[in-house]
Amino acid sequence: MTQDSLGAYLPRTSTEALHPSGAVEVQPLSFRHLILLRFLKNRLAVISLLTLLLSYGLTLVAEFTSPYSTQIRFLDYVGAPPQLPVVWGDSGTFIWPPVVYGLKQERDPETFVRIYTLDRESRLPLGLLTRGESYQILGFESNRHLFGVEEGTFFLLGTDTQGRDLFSRIVFGGRISTTVGLLGVLISLVIGMTVGLLSGYLGGAVDHVIQRSIEVLLSFPSIPLWLALAATLPNDWSPLRTFFLITIILSFINWGHLARIVRGMTLALKNEEYVISARLSGGNVWWVLWRHLLAANFSYAIVAATLSIPGMILAETALSFLGLGIQPPIVSWGTLLQDAQQVSVISQYPWLIMPAGFLVVTVLAFNFIGDGLRDAFDPHAQL
Amino acid sequence: MKRYLVQRFSQMLLVLSVVSLVSFLIIELPPGDFLTTLQVQLEEQQLSQEQIDGMLKLYRDRYALDQPWYVRYWRWISSIVKGDLGYSMLMNNRIDVLIGDRFLLTVTISITTLFFTMVVAIPIGMLSAIKRYSVWDFIFTFVGFIGLATPNFLLALIMIFLSVTVLDVSSVAGLFSPEQVFEPWSLPKVLDLFQHMWLVVIIVGTAGTAGTIRVVRTKMLDVLNEPYTDTARMKGISMMRVYFVHALRVAINPVISSVGLSFPTIISGSVIVAMVLTLPTIGPLLLRAVMAEDMYLASTLLLLLTFMLVIGNFLADLSLALLDPRIRHDQ
Repeated sequence: MTQDSLGAYLPRTSTEALHPSGAVEVQPLSFRHLILLRFLKNRLAVISLLTLLLSYGLTLVAEFTSPYSTQIRFLDYVGAPPQLPVVWGDSGTFIWPPVVYGLKQERDPETFVRIYTLDRESRLPLGLLTRGESYQILGFESNRHLFGVEEGTFFLLGTDTQGRDLFSRIVFGGRISTTVGLLGVLISLVIGMTVGLLSGYLGGAVDHVIQRSIEVLLSFPSIPLWLALAATLPNDWSPLRTFFLITIILSFINWGHLARIVRGMTLALKNEEYVISARLSGGNVWWVLWRHLLAANFSYAIVAATLSIPGMILAETALSFLGLGIQPPIVSWGTLLQDAQQVSVISQYPWLIMPAGFLVVTVLAFNFIGDGLRDAFDPHAQL
Repeated sequence: MKRYLVQRFSQMLLVLSVVSLVSFLIIELPPGDFLTTLQVQLEEQQLSQEQIDGMLKLYRDRYALDQPWYVRYWRWISSIVKGDLGYSMLMNNRIDVLIGDRFLLTVTISITTLFFTMVVAIPIGMLSAIKRYSVWDFIFTFVGFIGLATPNFLLALIMIFLSVTVLDVSSVAGLFSPEQVFEPWSLPKVLDLFQHMWLVVIIVGTAGTAGTIRVVRTKMLDVLNEPYTDTARMKGISMMRVYFVHALRVAINPVISSVGLSFPTIISGSVIVAMVLTLPTIGPLLLRAVMAEDMYLASTLLLLLTFMLVIGNFLADLSLALLDPRIRHDQ
């Protein structure tokens, strides 16, 4: 946003009339409004936020967004390469709606490896809201999918070594991987803020014990500790239960950093006049913490939390990649990348590395939003 | 200074003792123990029930597995303090023999990565700050963000991918050339190690380097905006001297502490990268030990890694105190 477009909000010192009547309109901005304006100024952060909102929206209704479900196997199309939609025909003619070419399967006469070639004869028209597998979502039953082909098959990003549609699996995996980040940060935000506020406000022996414990917690190298903790989960638990436990394990370490930041802020704030007067007016510990110190700390905690989401997502991916995290049949980006672990597989099916792209974009977006929020909350920042 | 040292050192000892208890308990946590794993293995070998029971009893007596956890913890930690790392049930070998070379390699990789991080990040961060908003600044900022967003196991995967598709080689990043692997340690072997290690160091160090570049850049910008750098400039001192002597001296402080902070990332990173590339370091061994619930081996490895980290942080604080008189005298 440029200086000019902001001018309407900013108090003017000169008597230049904004209004035809000659009156100067002065509109004070609320703190929230200022933050919003500063955040909107950061284009990268805004684009990232929109991207993430879109991807959360699309993965939330993964059953609808993805052409197929995660477990359905196309035995005729094992390890099929990506089929890209075609808009311009071979002779340069414009094709609408876009089509995908069907796949022809052959065997290499020497190695018996499956080879797929595009069959330019079979043109499958690509449609929106096509009929496919039925699914249930939020109590509704439907068989409409966001896009797809009505006849034949369409694998936007190819299939994996078991003939399952990679794009659909990425969408479903995205739901798990991004939820782990949000849920885990929510848990560590609650623990970190409570412990940090108490530690800073009460001081003395409580503070000392809490700080030493956090120090011990942060002394562990995170991946080996997560490994050890994740290995303690019994194998016979349901995948969903494992998922929640993994999330809790990840936030178990993460809250330490947050608690330290909040404690530092609380130490600085607890001798401010308004806090002291709240205490002297008879507010009990919880009231002062909740109404005054939490409110003052919240923006910093949010920034720190946003910046720690990428770490959680990466940690989940790493654990699942090693086979210690999310268990099948639930898919996450980590379990998808597990397939790409072997050199032999990746040289034959290079598109299996695609989940990594989605992972990197998501993590980047969270980093940019965190940076944008930090700048927006900075009280010394200029508009 | 002496008081600060003593205080910091006793704090480190306290942390270490709690860490040892926690790492033992975490490995203890899951239901079942190594005997469960062993029993399954023995049953697969079609042994008779008496043979299996005899074997289990042997292990139970030898490793005191029927004792309560605090007895075992005490036996374990007191022998470690005496310098005896114990015996691995899984590998049927002495733990110090098992991890000798692996530990050495892990330490070498971590420390080399740490130096790599500093040597690469400080000049680039300075350049980015001095030539702010230049093409170089944008390129390094962009690369830095990508580096932060790419987990190092993914980087390892991509390296495998590239070497298979582009370079057409089958082995990616061993730590030694084939003829040196089983040789005893010698100067040529060490040189061979350093020739092969660079790829691993880059993979492990990228995230930390990217983070440190951001820190150096921000701090340099802060310092370059201070009036005293203007004063130095106006006095006619050469720009190089202003940057390196006046600015860097002050800006280096948070960099040292951030390098200390990136040490955990490096150790974690080297563990997971080693698993992907199957390097002969501690990482893959820890994974196996944890999976088989060989708690003495797993706890010892976890303790060793944490030990490295705590000592690393201690050294970082020490160098901070040496560099910054405010920390030295404040205590």
